Amino acid sequence: MPSSAHPDLPAARLHVVTGKGGVGKTTVASALALALASTGKRVLVAEVEGRQGLSQTFDVPPLGTEEVRLVSHPSGGELWGLSVDAKAALLEYLQLFYKLGRAGSALEKVGAIDFATTIAPGVRDVLLIGKVYEAAGRPKGGRGSKEGGLHYDAVVLDAPPTGRAVRFLNVNAGVADVARMGPIKSQADSITRMLRDPRTLVHMVTLLEEMPVQESLDGLRDLADVGLHIGAIIVNQVREPRLSPENLHALEGSDESLDELLRAELTEAGLRPTNPMVQGLVQEGRDHALRLELQSEMALDIAEAGPPVIELPALPDGVEDGGVAVLTDELLAQGVA
Amino acid sequence: MPSRGAPTHETLDVDALLADEGVGIIVCCGSGGVGKTTTAAALGIRAAEGGRKVVVLTIDPARRLAQSLGLTELDNTPRPVAGVDTSAGGSLDAMMLDMKRTFDEVVEAHATPDKAAQILENPFYQAVSSSFAGTQEYMAMEKLGQLRTQAERDGTWDLIVVDTPPSRSALDFLDAPKRLGSFLDGRFVRLLMAPAKAGGRAYLKVFSVGVDLAQRTLSRVLGGQMLQDVQTFVAALDTMFGGFRERADVTYALLKEDTTAFVVIASPDRDALREAAFFVDRLGQERMPLAGVVVNRLQSLGAAALSASRAEDALDQLTQDGAQDSLTAALLSLHVDLASAAARQHAFVSRFAASHPHVPLTTVAASATDVHDLDGLREIGAALSG
Repeated sequence: MPSSAHPDLPAARLHVVTGKGGVGKTTVASALALALASTGKRVLVAEVEGRQGLSQTFDVPPLGTEEVRLVSHPSGGELWGLSVDAKAALLEYLQLFYKLGRAGSALEKVGAIDFATTIAPGVRDVLLIGKVYEAAGRPKGGRGSKEGGLHYDAVVLDAPPTGRAVRFLNVNAGVADVARMGPIKSQADSITRMLRDPRTLVHMVTLLEEMPVQESLDGLRDLADVGLHIGAIIVNQVREPRLSPENLHALEGSDESLDELLRAELTEAGLRPTNPMVQGLVQEGRDHALRLELQSEMALDIAEAGPPVIELPALPDGVEDGGVAVLTDELLAQGVA
Repeated sequence: MPSRGAPTHETLDVDALLADEGVGIIVCCGSGGVGKTTTAAALGIRAAEGGRKVVVLTIDPARRLAQSLGLTELDNTPRPVAGVDTSAGGSLDAMMLDMKRTFDEVVEAHATPDKAAQILENPFYQAVSSSFAGTQEYMAMEKLGQLRTQAERDGTWDLIVVDTPPSRSALDFLDAPKRLGSFLDGRFVRLLMAPAKAGGRAYLKVFSVGVDLAQRTLSRVLGGQMLQDVQTFVAALDTMFGGFRERADVTYALLKEDTTAFVVIASPDRDALREAAFFVDRLGQERMPLAGVVVNRLQSLGAAALSASRAEDALDQLTQDGAQDSLTAALLSLHVDLASAAARQHAFVSRFAASHPHVPLTTVAASATDVHDLDGLREIGAALSG
C-alpha cells in the first residue's frame, strides 16, 4: 500500500493505542512506535498502568519514572520508553509549577499524595496523562529553551483498555465534578485541548472475534462522542486463510467421500492414515472454515465502522523472537509512518 | 493434558469443586481478556444443573454474554436465569454489579437519613462513588458480603460465583478495599477534618508541624472549592468510618475462609500466565484458598497424534508430486500451523506448571466460534470438567 493510504497517521504527534484486554495493545503500540522511530523520528512510547508490558516487549529491565532509550535506529531515529507513575508525576508537577520543595514532602507525610494518586476521582488520570502531555509538548533543549521545535517528534501512549479508556481520555469530565475551577481544572483543560487536537489520534486494536469487535465498535462511538479523533482500527492476529475456496467447497462433501480422498492422498504423501488422523484433519479444516467465516463477518463490521483499517498478521511463532519487528514492517508497508 | 515432557501436575477437578457443599463462594480472577466472566457463568450453570442453588455476580459482562444470562439491565438485583435445567434441585440467578447503587446503599445503611442525604448530594462523593478506580473492586467485595448474608439468612443460595473487575492487574481486587480503608483511617482524613472541628488548628499543631504548610499547599493545588467539598464529604462520613472499615475487613476475612475457593483464570500466553503466577503467589502469601488454575482457549488439535514435523514431511512429498493444491495438502499445512501454535502454548503452560507444581490446573480448548447462549456456556462447563 502506498504511504498516502493513511495521510493523517504520519502527521500525528500523539498516538493513543487502546483496545479490549488481551488483544495485543502493548505489542501494537510498541510496533507503531518502532515504525515511527525507523523514519528518523525521536519517539517516546509510554505506558500508564505500571504493567511493565513495554519492558517485556523490548526485553529490557523494568522501566522507571525516567525516560530511557530503548532503540537507536540507523536512520537517526530513536525510541525512548517510560512507565508513567502517578506519584512521581505529581511530585514533578508540584516542583515544576509550584516550586514545592519542603511542602511536597509535607504533603507526602500527611498522606495527601496517596490521596491524590489513588482516591481522588479523576486526579490520578489527570496526573498520568498530564505527564504524557508534558512529554509531547516538551520544547527541544528543555523547558525555557529558545531553540524551537519539540523534543519528541511523536509520542505513543499505550492506553488503558477500552472499558476504561474513555474515562481516562475524557479527563475534563473526570474532574469537572470535583474541580470546577482552580489549578487542577486548568491543567485538565490544557490536556483536553491537546487530546482533541486533530494531531492526536486514537487507534483501536481489535481481534476479529465477536466480543472484541463489539467492544471496539462501542468504544469508537464513545471516543468520538467525547471529541477525540480516531486514527485507525488495527486488526491484530489476522489468520491467513489456509484453505482455498475449492478446499472449502470440498470440505462440505460427505464424510465418506472425504475419507476416501484423504486416505488416498495421505498414503501418497507417505503417511499411514488412521481413522483419528483422517477425521481429525477434516475436523480441523471445518473448524478453520467456521473461524474464517466468522472472521470475514467481523471484518465486514469493522470495515463499515468508518475509520481506516490496518491488518496485522497472526504471528506463527508468537510475539517473542522478533515478532514485533514483523509487525513494525507490516505497519510501515501499510503507510503509518 | 498428558503429553511428552510435561511436568506432572494435579488436575483441577471442577465437578468435585462445584459439588463440594463445603464451598460457598467461588472467586474467578485473572487479567483482562482471559474469559473470566464467561468462565464464571459456565461454572454457575454447571453447578446449578448439578443441583446447587447458585447466584453469579458479574461485574462488566460483554453484551452478548449478559444477554445469554438474561441480564438486560443493570439493576443490582439477582434475577433467575431462564432455560436452566433445575431437575437436579438446583437453581441459577445472575446479576450485574451497579457500583454506584451499591455504594449508595452502604451509605444509607450506615448513616442517619439526614446524614445519608447530605453525603449522597456531595459532589465529591458522587465522583468517588462513580469513578474512583478502586470503587468497583470495593463494591464487588461489598456486594459479595451482602449476597453471602442474604444466602445465610434466607437460604436462597448455597453457592456464590463471583467474577472480578477488569482491573489494571488482577491483584487490584485484593488491594483496592484496603486502600480505601486506609484512606478513611489515615492522617490525611484527620487533617482534612481539622477545620471542621472546634479548635482544630491548635490541636493539629501539636500532632504535626508540617500540617499547616500541607493545608496551605493543598488549598493552592486543589483549589479552595474542591478542598471544601472534600472536607464536607469527609466530615459527613465521619460517623460511618468504623462501619466502612469493618465491612471491608469482614469481607476480606471471608475470602480467607475454607468455604471460599479462588479460581485463577489465564489464557495460554506469556503475559496472562505471568499475571496468573503473581496472583497464585499472592493468594499463598495471604493464605487465601486457591482451588486451581483454568487455562482457557487452548489450541486443540483434531489429529493430535500427527506431529508437525511428520505433517511437514508429508506436505513436502505432496508438493514434489505436484499435489500442493490438493485438499490434503491444504489440511496438512493448516495442521502444521495449529500444531506449532499448540506446542508453543503447551510450553507456556508447562513452564507455569513447573514453577507451581502443587497448583491444580485444568485447560479448556478454544471453540471455533464465540459463546452467546446457555448451550455455549454448558459446553464450556463440560470442557472445564475435562
